[in-house]
Amino acid sequence: MKILVPVKRVIDYNIKVRVKADNTGVDLANVKMAMNPFDEIAIEEALRLKEAGVASEVVAISCGVTACQETLRTAMALGADRGILVETDVELQPLAVAKLLKAIAFNESPQLIILGKQAIDDDANQTGQMLAALMGWPQATFASKVVVDAAAGSVTVTREVDGGSETLVLTLPAIVTTDLRLNEPRYATLPNIMKAKKKPLDVFKPEALGVDVTPRLTTLKVTDPAPRSAGVKVANVAELIHKLKNEAKVIA
Amino acid sequence: MSDYNAPLKDMQFVLNELAGLAQVSALPGYAEATPDVIEAILEESGKFTRDVLAPLNFSGDQEGAQWADKSVTMPKGFKEAYAQFVENGWNALSGNPEFGGQGLPKVISAVVQEMWQSANMSFSLCPMLTMGGIEALELYGSEEQKATYLHHMVSGRWTGTMNLTESQAGSDLAAVRTRAVPQGDGTYKLFGQKIFITYGDHDMAENTIHLVLARTPDAPAGVKGISLFVVPKFLVNADGTLGARNDVYSVSIEHKLGIHASPTCVMAYGDNGGAVGTLVGKENDGLKYMFVMMNAARYAVGLEGLALGERAYQQALGFARERVQSRAIEGSTGSVPIIRHPDIRRMLLLMRSQNEAMRAVAYVVASALDSALRHPDADERIRQQAFVDLMIPVVKAWLTETGNEVTSLGVQIHGGMGFIEETGAAQHFRDARITTIYEGTTGIQALDLIGRKVARDGGGALNTLLGQMKETQASVAKQSGVSFKALAAALHESIEAVTTAGDYIVANYGKDVRNVAVGAVPFLRLLGIVSGGWMMARAALAAQAKIGAGDTDPFYPAKINTAHFYADHVMAAASGLAKEVVQGGASALALDDVLF
Repeated sequence: MKILVPVKRVIDYNIKVRVKADNTGVDLANVKMAMNPFDEIAIEEALRLKEAGVASEVVAISCGVTACQETLRTAMALGADRGILVETDVELQPLAVAKLLKAIAFNESPQLIILGKQAIDDDANQTGQMLAALMGWPQATFASKVVVDAAAGSVTVTREVDGGSETLVLTLPAIVTTDLRLNEPRYATLPNIMKAKKKPLDVFKPEALGVDVTPRLTTLKVTDPAPRSAGVKVANVAELIHKLKNEAKVIA
Repeated sequence: MSDYNAPLKDMQFVLNELAGLAQVSALPGYAEATPDVIEAILEESGKFTRDVLAPLNFSGDQEGAQWADKSVTMPKGFKEAYAQFVENGWNALSGNPEFGGQGLPKVISAVVQEMWQSANMSFSLCPMLTMGGIEALELYGSEEQKATYLHHMVSGRWTGTMNLTESQAGSDLAAVRTRAVPQGDGTYKLFGQKIFITYGDHDMAENTIHLVLARTPDAPAGVKGISLFVVPKFLVNADGTLGARNDVYSVSIEHKLGIHASPTCVMAYGDNGGAVGTLVGKENDGLKYMFVMMNAARYAVGLEGLALGERAYQQALGFARERVQSRAIEGSTGSVPIIRHPDIRRMLLLMRSQNEAMRAVAYVVASALDSALRHPDADERIRQQAFVDLMIPVVKAWLTETGNEVTSLGVQIHGGMGFIEETGAAQHFRDARITTIYEGTTGIQALDLIGRKVARDGGGALNTLLGQMKETQASVAKQSGVSFKALAAALHESIEAVTTAGDYIVANYGKDVRNVAVGAVPFLRLLGIVSGGWMMARAALAAQAKIGAGDTDPFYPAKINTAHFYADHVMAAASGLAKEVVQGGASALALDDVLF
């Protein structure tokens, strides 16, 4: 069984994000980039399935600029068998990425595609769902537990939902997106970091895959969140309730 | 308590721009050390040290290693962290591929080791001692000894120790008394007591391999009668499995000023019939072997000075940004974060600029060591080795003395809270204190410098170095701007100072060695400060070139400013130190012993 894991190159989670002076986006110049943390969880889950003998190959895919190769090398240092880069300088939106992944999946015929539930840069939380729709595959998002039954051709996924958890059984091939508590990603070992460079990494252009990645959405303006204003002290509970009712309007 | 984040940007900058990583990768056998692989290794090492080693630093200090019933229990979390460290392959980074190592260059090993030491100095001593043992066995061990021990030591499954010191034999190893009695079957039985044995016993690995200096029954007295033995905690069966417990035990551990999590053991050999060991190399050649290994050990300890300085800086910087106290001296509407106060800035920059200077000197020396070992041209190997030999005492003593100063500044920036253990600033200061002492005190390093490294070759290696510094000075003088003006002037004065002091040492070492010896430590400090200044000047030139090429990274102007600060505040001491070397002997020696 082959597993595909898309990985996105995003601003490192330790970095304080700064908005560009002209409000066109986030300043990425001279900023440390890293693999989206939810995608690290996706890679980890795929590797565990491989180590358990369920999967035979783990393929990491990244879409974006040339530097995404570094993210793929990271995935391969963690244990992915090979990498595929769809290289473009165009700003990629979730639908475009889902279409690119569909084209790759068509070539690769995986049984399972595991994605991070969202990327920490745009927090869109759309790619996995869009990909499932385009493929016509079943999907289980926000997974906190994944159990594959290869003989039955199914995967049982526990999902984190608002009220608690929900368990779904999906027929393979299927799409799973990962939540935080699914697993704790490993550290890359030194020998694997050294080996990663020798693993195959194929590069495609969107055109070669027959996908139009032109953005469908326009970013009008990016601004910092409004700074939090100072709080007020209330004299008593009555005043608090009055303010919550009439000023904050959060209780009736 | 504080976090540790490896200063990857400065590390990469020094590696690529000053230490010539590209040239190192081009050396035979280092083809895999390409910049992209190195970047990935440093990234991951940064994560591992931040998440696994650094969080145990404070708790390890508070809890300390515990001793009971002739064995040591490590503080909470150390055993698990060590297992992960070994499993992830970090111990094998610089090891010979023949024994399962990754065979990466010394300069990469140095960067990664700095991270271990910054994150958790007590922890880092275990792999450091193992590396020493590996080096000894690889250079001088028999094929059988290599086959028995090296794979497990390179992986880290077994750890190593160095047993040199006895209570009467500290800096003077000629006084070693531990006995080794041949058994007629190729083995020896050892009897005696060793002190200050780092990681002499612990619970993180299955076996501990002790390298021990001892005397055979017919050995000549003094330095010419000392042999080196390998003595495992558990004897190793012919099939490689562990056998009987050997007669070597930790009989107590020391209560120390710092490095509390690193067990410093008193080791008893042969209390129950003799500890079984085998000879390494030839009888009576033990000290010779130690000297060969000493460069690596001294280098590694020098790096600790930098590593603790870096950790202290990160912590002090965090505090200086957060701590709000007093209005600005020029007036302000309210109290300001203390980083706004001029003297706090001065202290932060003293820390930062000296850390950066130390890092550059350390990596450049490690890179020279790689060339000295691997360069295809024999003359180049000799030149590089001469530079390494000259600089090893400087790396050991200047980095550790400066590490003491920098960690002390870290406490100072914290004010009263710096004196409180809970803050964690004091730990770095306490941990740093040993570094100027073990592996040869600063005084010993300085004597090595003025005697073997400067006077003996008539100042040859020193003059070669001064020539390189002059070339850099000339390039700096061609640049415009206040920073480069200050650097050019400071470098010019400093080179003069080293020249004056060096000439004095060469001229007077033979006829008035006591006078010259008074100036040994000041001279070492002078050479350290100026080597650091030379590196900061090279760093500023490299930064300027990046800016000129259109790079807008604020790292580069900051580097130029830091170099400027170093010229103004650190290199200013150079001419004073030269005076101390040249004039300071008489007054230090004149006073009669009884008048002290």
